[in-house]
Amino acid sequence: MEKETVINNTNNLLEIKGLKVKSFESNEKNKEVNIIKGINLQINKGFVHAIMGPNGSGKSTLSKVLAGHPSYEITDGKILFKEQNLLELSPEERSYLGLFLGFQYPLEISGVSNRDFLKLAYTSQQLANNNDNEIDSMEFDYLLMKYANILDMNASFLPRYLNEGFSGGEKKKNEILQMSILNSDLAILDEIDSGLDIDALKVLSKTILIRQLENIINHNSKYLEKSLLLITHYKRLLNYIQPDYIHIMKNGKIICTGDSKLSQQLEKKGYDWISPTNFTNSNEYKLFKTILQVAKNDEKLLT
Amino acid sequence: MNLLKHKKVFIKKKHTISKKTTHFESLINSPYKYGFSTEVNTDQISEGLNLETLQKISTLKNENENFLKFRINAFYKWKQMKTPAWAELNFPEINYQLIKYYSAPKKKKKLNSLDEVDPEILETFEKLGISLNEQKRLSNVAVDAVFDSVSIFTTFKRELLKLGIIFCSISEAMEKYPDLVKKYLGSVVPVSDNYFVALNSAVFTDGSFCFIPKNLKSPIELSTYFRINDEQSGQFERTLIIAESGSYISYLEGCTAPKYDTNQLHAAVVELISFEDAEIKYSTVQNWYAGDKRGVGGIYNFVTKRGLCVGKNSKISWTQVETGSAVTWKYPSCILAGPESQGEFYSVALTTNYQQADTGTKMIHLAPNTKSRIVSKGISAGNSKNTYRGLIKINKKALNAISFSQCDSLLIGNNSDTNTFPYINVKNSSGRVEHEASISKIGEEQIFYFQQRGIDSEEAIKLMISGFCRDVFSKLPMEFALEAEKLLELKLEKSLT
Repeated sequence: MEKETVINNTNNLLEIKGLKVKSFESNEKNKEVNIIKGINLQINKGFVHAIMGPNGSGKSTLSKVLAGHPSYEITDGKILFKEQNLLELSPEERSYLGLFLGFQYPLEISGVSNRDFLKLAYTSQQLANNNDNEIDSMEFDYLLMKYANILDMNASFLPRYLNEGFSGGEKKKNEILQMSILNSDLAILDEIDSGLDIDALKVLSKTILIRQLENIINHNSKYLEKSLLLITHYKRLLNYIQPDYIHIMKNGKIICTGDSKLSQQLEKKGYDWISPTNFTNSNEYKLFKTILQVAKNDEKLLT
Repeated sequence: MNLLKHKKVFIKKKHTISKKTTHFESLINSPYKYGFSTEVNTDQISEGLNLETLQKISTLKNENENFLKFRINAFYKWKQMKTPAWAELNFPEINYQLIKYYSAPKKKKKLNSLDEVDPEILETFEKLGISLNEQKRLSNVAVDAVFDSVSIFTTFKRELLKLGIIFCSISEAMEKYPDLVKKYLGSVVPVSDNYFVALNSAVFTDGSFCFIPKNLKSPIELSTYFRINDEQSGQFERTLIIAESGSYISYLEGCTAPKYDTNQLHAAVVELISFEDAEIKYSTVQNWYAGDKRGVGGIYNFVTKRGLCVGKNSKISWTQVETGSAVTWKYPSCILAGPESQGEFYSVALTTNYQQADTGTKMIHLAPNTKSRIVSKGISAGNSKNTYRGLIKINKKALNAISFSQCDSLLIGNNSDTNTFPYINVKNSSGRVEHEASISKIGEEQIFYFQQRGIDSEEAIKLMISGFCRDVFSKLPMEFALEAEKLLELKLEKSLT
């Protein structure tokens, strides 16, 4: 992906500064312990970021905090989204502002059909953004089918209850369908690749890329508009969607940031490799330093 | 062919983890909008229950001797019985000597037109959305309005009588059609059936009576609206519906009561009899005062409803939406005595705050080729307790009987409780019994999922609840379905004027 984006304030979509978070649900043992222990991150318009890291590193928590999940308490730091203080906004207001979260475990909602849910979500977004052109049912179904076709989803899923009885892959596809329909500026996708076979992964990646490139394809724009934050365990998703930046999270901190090469190293050596004390080989350490340097020079995006 | 599919599911799930009050829990404490009371001059019998009370009631109602005998017999039976303790309900012992068994607005003479009804009471019913006024009333529903112990007025009575349909208060029926009432009263629910039936049989004051003649499909819905007004009075309603061969009737029942800090008792008995090829559809929207947030006050609702499908290919269908009462104890049942007869039970029971409901049905298959169908939806929120209890009984002679039950429970929040107790008793091997049960939850995670997509929490809960109840609401008559859906929304919504 070629970028002609110039870094300035107007291109700054999301900015996280010194974020510390603890859980309301923490048990007696880790009552006072933060899950996120000070994170800085900036995501600009049109950029693709990926956060990788081992289980329990705080990746999923970060995504939920960004979307306004009620279980977490922000103990320090701030989050700006489109220059607004995100922490003051309700989850639905964040959604209206253009933030989408693809869930790691999409919920099954009995009694509410997929189509009704999508339509209500879509019209709520339109209303909140003062868009009075109410979409009629035909138009909406056309929009739905357009993306459903890209995602290789059968139309029979529409009247079914939301995610109920869906396979793991179907649920993930449904998340991506929602992302495409709602057309948010920033999509955070939490482990969107887990539980997918290779064909489903390809289709999903294709759809995500179509969203990324849409305004270039459809509006002849030179610039990429949509931003993406991928949260993942594995490198394989990043083979299809190449991120501009990769951040490694461990123990509630971003411990290093680099470009896509970083992920290849991770695949080989595992996450433990990233701790500087673990470098036994001078070549590896050199590489690590280089990645850090590249990242630093690149956008000043380091923690 | 042995088709006995025997799935027994016992589910007991408890959520008692106390957690910070989540934002949606505040949604379940909406004010009760029917909680006002009306000042009226009343004729009353002072508190206490003894033979004299029965005599006074009987005299006030101009009953013939037979009915007084019926009451006295029931009273002695009641004295020998005990409050049933098997239900999943907790309530203090009721002192029956502190209850008023008769309280009725003063009247000068018999009511023949609305002008003779106390305007205060008319206004009360107006406020409740029940217009008795000729011009304003619904054209397709006949209403019998019961205020405390007596029926105030019945609309469309004359028009219905022309068709041969008798629709009036049970007091009037006892006076005008004593033989008919005597023949059927207590024939489906015997006096000694249970503690509350015996009590009701001794002191019942009013209720509705419907008689549908042969081969007539009633062109309009019949309905009774029950209102408890007096703080200390109990309401002991008695309803009797008889559908002769080939007839059809749809009957609706609604109930509300003022807010008091004390608990009032409502013990009703409803009997339905359906003859050959006849069908009775009985729908209830129960919204008695449920007590406040801390569980103070509210109605104790002990109801015995039973239908007898006596004729071949007869049908009885119960639909209930139970949202009110501090305590609900209610099992509308069907006795399928006619071959090929059908019993149905569709229920939505919602409990919030400290409400307790133990409700369900009994389907007793006595004849061959009988069918029963149960769809029960229990929603429990706050600190409430919601129990489904159902019995499917298939007797030796009920060959090829088919029964299907579906019991779904929905938990809202973390402190509510839901139980499902299906009892299945099959005595022959030619039938088929199916039971399905599920539990789902509306919690923070579900609501967050909706919110993330831009749907606010109230809308999300509304959508999930109405989806959950759809199978039952679709069985209600149109106007009632809308009313029921709105009622549930109101009960679950935060802000209400």
